Amino acid sequence: MRRYLPAAAIAVLAFALPPLAAATKTAYLLTQLTMSAYYVLASLGLCALMGYAGQINMGQAGFFAIGGYASAFISKLNLASRAASPFVAALDFLGLVSRGTDSYGNAYLSPSPALACLCAILLAVGVAALIGTPVLRLRGHYLAMATLGFGIVIEKIARGTNALGGADGLSSVPAFALPGGLEITGGRAARSANFTISWVVLALGLLLLVNLIGSRSGRALRALHDGEEAADAMGVDTARYKLKVFVLGAAYAALAGVLLTHYNGSIGPGEAAFMKSVRYVAIVAVGGMANLTGVLVSGLVLNFLSLRGVFGSFDDAVFGAILIAVMLIGPAGRGLAARLRPRGASAAASSAAASAAPKRGGSP
Amino acid sequence: MDGSLFIQYFVSGLTYGSIYAAVAIGFNIIYNATGIINFAQGEFAMLGGMIASSLARSCPLWLAIAAAVVATAVVGVAIERLLLRRVSRFGVLKMIIATIGISIVLRELALAAWGESVRTVPFFTGNEVSSISFLGANFSPQVLWIVGAIALVAVALTLYFKLTLTGKAMRGCSASRDGASLCGISPGRMVAIAFGMSAAIGAFAGCVVAPLTQTHYAIGSTLSVKGFTVAAFGGLGNSVAAIAAGFLLGMLESFSIVVVPEAYKDVVTIVVLLTVLVAKPTGLFGSRAAGALKEY
Repeated sequence: MRRYLPAAAIAVLAFALPPLAAATKTAYLLTQLTMSAYYVLASLGLCALMGYAGQINMGQAGFFAIGGYASAFISKLNLASRAASPFVAALDFLGLVSRGTDSYGNAYLSPSPALACLCAILLAVGVAALIGTPVLRLRGHYLAMATLGFGIVIEKIARGTNALGGADGLSSVPAFALPGGLEITGGRAARSANFTISWVVLALGLLLLVNLIGSRSGRALRALHDGEEAADAMGVDTARYKLKVFVLGAAYAALAGVLLTHYNGSIGPGEAAFMKSVRYVAIVAVGGMANLTGVLVSGLVLNFLSLRGVFGSFDDAVFGAILIAVMLIGPAGRGLAARLRPRGASAAASSAAASAAPKRGGSP
Repeated sequence: MDGSLFIQYFVSGLTYGSIYAAVAIGFNIIYNATGIINFAQGEFAMLGGMIASSLARSCPLWLAIAAAVVATAVVGVAIERLLLRRVSRFGVLKMIIATIGISIVLRELALAAWGESVRTVPFFTGNEVSSISFLGANFSPQVLWIVGAIALVAVALTLYFKLTLTGKAMRGCSASRDGASLCGISPGRMVAIAFGMSAAIGAFAGCVVAPLTQTHYAIGSTLSVKGFTVAAFGGLGNSVAAIAAGFLLGMLESFSIVVVPEAYKDVVTIVVLLTVLVAKPTGLFGSRAAGALKEY
């Protein structure tokens, strides 16, 4: 049960913090905490890949941007002129469109954000599967450089494509209506509800990963991390597991991108920038690589401080320095969280990981 | 495409190809000495150009460039001595993360020191309007300086590794670390020299191209990716092939404008990178045997 504690704590805080913030007149902090939660979601996806499967992805921001841009682009499409086409009519029948009039008084008919979100995540998953299959055959420096290159491609495409707003990005992204009259949007009225939504999403995302790590797949991933050949020899389909966790990480980043884009009402090419990917990696490194709780805490703290502008003009420099510091300090470079943990616990964890290689197909 | 336009693109490809080749050579020297890829490689070229642009205001150009090269080399050695040496025990993933951290810190220090403005170094001969006409195409005399400088670096390095004792010791070290230390070579010293040389070459290239391409605190990461693309394209560790691959990539990029919009120019490079990495990780010219020899 102990492993569910962090997710439960996040879920409790999701409901407990807004009244507390209102009572202490610090409700303005909820905006940054909401944004932090979405960035942490992307970091958690990367943690599964880096910490547990031992593969690096220097292009996580690319998947975040794919999610955000795709959802913004689709939910901003105006299908009013094609309302008669059977496809649009079918979407309408299924309740997957939203209609209204824009600020110029023109009628619009757009795919609903829920549909846009689904398409965006499917797109990110498709892209991840497509590039992951060849790229994950690479190791070490090659994998890092290939994924870094992928992130830059996404940024350049976003920056160079007029339909995606070029350097300005897409703005006036509609609110994301959820069941129960809730919607993901900025603005003061929706602030505390959106904080709760984001932290509940974060808790659910964490819960799913905790379960995955504790399952047979999780053991396979750790075996992969400790020794790819050994895991392979024990019957773990290493290529398939690597791809699965890479795609899962991309889906997390894309979902985070979708939700943050609807929350902010805009997205720009900066979200795909190399520096953003570096931040996700830094957060995973500070959290202790294979430590979801550590990543959760380091991500919430670092993102919150960064969004509050605490680091001033040294914002990026702080993340660079963190990367160097963590690599220098860590006993085997295992991050700050690992150092703070009692010695016995970490030894037990590594011996458990070592003996956890699953056996496949052996039974008659 | 008419002849003069062809030459214009060709010259542009030559210019950019030269700097990519220089960055790739820097990657290779460190790779051969340590087996790691230094993701901060592009930052050396940025630092060289930036330092030279500041110094050139108050002293002769040649002195400014010499000082920039020396200063960047000191930075390179310091990075190895103070930081990477302590991380190197912890494996490839950690080294990647540490060198990326270093590249970010160098970039942000440059931003703090020089601001966001685009800077330039004076032209070696003439100025921004002087040009050489060749078969109907016009290009800056700086292009000749750039190509000449890269050729000089390549020849000097070849001679260094073939003829000098330290150069031979470095090759010995990359062939077998243990064997070299048994012969009285200090691998740690060779690695420090490799970082210094690699930083110096990057800085020199940064100075030579800066009059034409200008320089900016953020050019490092793009240069790193392209330099790595060239290094991988030629076969990691093979610097002669890197020069050929550099020109090839420069041409590909410059002629891609014919079919792809300018804004997607960098996408072409990265598609090349991904294709090479996936289809032929040993590089176009590098056979597995050549890679294993790791000779400069």
